[in-house]
Amino acid sequence: MSELPEALDPFARLRAMTTARVALGRSGAGLPTAPLLAFQRDHALARDAVHAPFDPDVVAAGLADWPTITVASRAPDRGAYLRRPDLGRALDPIDAPRLAPGAFDLAIVIADGLSAPAVHAHAAPVALALRERLTGWRLAPVVLARLGRVALGDEIGVRLGTAMVLVLIGERPGLSAADSLGAYLTWAPAVGRRDSERNCVSNIRPPHGLSHLGAAHTITWLVRAARDRAMTGVGLKDESGGAGLALHPGAAAPTMSSPGN
Amino acid sequence: MFASTLNGQRYVFADLKALLARATPARSGDELAGVAAGSQAERVAARMALADTPLRAFLAEAVIPYEDDEVTRLIVDSHDTAAFGPVAHLTVGAFRDWLLSDAATAESLAALGPGLTPEMVAGVCKLMRNQDLIAVAAKRRVVTRFRTTVGLEGRLSVRLQPNHPTDDPSGIAAAIIDGLTFGCGDAVIGINPAGDNLASVTDLLRLIDDARMRYAIPTQSCVLTHVTTSIEAVERGAPVDLVFQSIAGTEGANRGFGIDLALLKEGREAALSLGRGGAQVCYFETGQGSALSAGAHHGVDQQTLEVRAYAVARAFDPFLVNTVVGFIGPEYLYDGKQILRAGLEDHFCGKLLGLPMGVDVCYTNHAEADQDDMDALLTLLGVAGVNFVMGVPGADDVMLNYQSTSFHDALYVRAALGLRPAPEFEAWLAGMGMIDAAGRISPPPRGAPLLDYRP
Repeated sequence: MSELPEALDPFARLRAMTTARVALGRSGAGLPTAPLLAFQRDHALARDAVHAPFDPDVVAAGLADWPTITVASRAPDRGAYLRRPDLGRALDPIDAPRLAPGAFDLAIVIADGLSAPAVHAHAAPVALALRERLTGWRLAPVVLARLGRVALGDEIGVRLGTAMVLVLIGERPGLSAADSLGAYLTWAPAVGRRDSERNCVSNIRPPHGLSHLGAAHTITWLVRAARDRAMTGVGLKDESGGAGLALHPGAAAPTMSSPGN
Repeated sequence: MFASTLNGQRYVFADLKALLARATPARSGDELAGVAAGSQAERVAARMALADTPLRAFLAEAVIPYEDDEVTRLIVDSHDTAAFGPVAHLTVGAFRDWLLSDAATAESLAALGPGLTPEMVAGVCKLMRNQDLIAVAAKRRVVTRFRTTVGLEGRLSVRLQPNHPTDDPSGIAAAIIDGLTFGCGDAVIGINPAGDNLASVTDLLRLIDDARMRYAIPTQSCVLTHVTTSIEAVERGAPVDLVFQSIAGTEGANRGFGIDLALLKEGREAALSLGRGGAQVCYFETGQGSALSAGAHHGVDQQTLEVRAYAVARAFDPFLVNTVVGFIGPEYLYDGKQILRAGLEDHFCGKLLGLPMGVDVCYTNHAEADQDDMDALLTLLGVAGVNFVMGVPGADDVMLNYQSTSFHDALYVRAALGLRPAPEFEAWLAGMGMIDAAGRISPPPRGAPLLDYRP
């Protein structure tokens, strides 16, 4: 069917109207081989991204002269991490003493989340672009966290004594994107903060999603607004003017569930 | 207190909710909640104690206190003692035997429904193998009507789910046309909107309604937005067929969804006020794990809580109830085996309580599952007589980022099991030249106006 010119294929028009998998043709009642394998390719990439190991050295190298501290959550391995979100939100007690308190305005935590490839590709460039924009800010050493979830940033933030914490984390891979980075900002981090007390910038994934500089622009606006108003979350709306930016208060609207971080 | 002895060891269960939690098949959500059995032996010991427990015991002990939870109050206050009569003398184990016996017919099961509490149904479910869940559910047809009749014997309906990441009208229209040519959409054309504001919800409602009227499609529309938004849409004159809401099995979890029973009643009355299709105007979605996810599980296992959500649904005589079985993630249902079991449990339990159950056969990319697992669950649900499943282009929902069943999957399961669309929709397909005498569904003839639809 896809061999036909558009004039002869009434379904060709549909394919141009959406990114959804429409007009795939039929083999009997089933899926033709080409779209079957295309689906398997995309699922394989997503699955491999979920299970890819995090290499903190890759991110540390990207951060050049910025000091880093590597820590781990209490999740012993990837399987436990997926089953037990609570373990991914708590710091390994062995690592806790290495986070010395200081007078910091902002701490950046880079955690693998559900996509290490997203973190390897996008976390360091976003962090560096942020540092460029935040002159005069007292920034903590970057904390690189293995098997971490968003809320791990709360405990790290408390130990560092920082005013706010930004967690850059790999988002749950979809079939169309396995390397999407999310950024979660929390004012006055404390263990037990709710998702509605954070702001989120998602889909950082050039060239198809948000660019590194576009993300840094929006996050910079958020970080400044958070300091001015001493808050993050549903009360802090995006007025950064970044067109088409994916920005929303974390989990403000209750839905069936929020799979992922 | 409940107890049993297995292989010389005595196992004790402090109360009914502990007994139910230890007896339930293994799943990650109950382990996360810390309520699961500590060993396989303890799980079977709990099932032995549960099998010996009289159904009457479920009327004497609430898993969540009456004073603390309006869902418990709904369950207790609406229990029909007369309907319970025929099984009132049974233990949970004997109830399983009865359900499998020839005494449990379509008629006797329908009459029994109001006499069952969700906890009784959850209890017997935990004693049943997958084949039991299929065999008993297949005996219980629940038929509902709006513009189509859904749930009839020998029929399987499909929710056409044409979601788009930015609610783009052309993108949604493309998925609707594609789905209709596969014979999907007889349960509902239902969009999960990317934006939850009233203006975009109203635009989407008008889009579906326009397509429906232009081609005289016998179906109903729904935009799956919060019930308060639907109520507002009704007040502004939008064409609301079905009022949607996610619901859960505890008052606290429902509060997390921003609802209570009074609000659901208000939503139902708003849709009824429009008089667009009959008395069954609600579309509910549920899913195991939602109460734990909301921090409101009260130490009750997720399968029991799921059935309590059906008690909420039952109070509003819904047109459709859909358990979104694998959407919530591997911390609740870890792999294909757990998802498959949960899908069969939810369908069985909902049907026993008299609900028009559909199942979103689905998974996320961080669960240990793939298309083969979905094929198995879809086929088993077809055998079990599920009212409807989802139809998503290519099984890939580009807005919600998860994998569900596709238009092709619907074709497959109808063909493999000899199941047909809802009768009104089947007649429409015939009129459009899209179904032959043998029930084979094919695209419309070249040049058919449907293929040129533009919103």
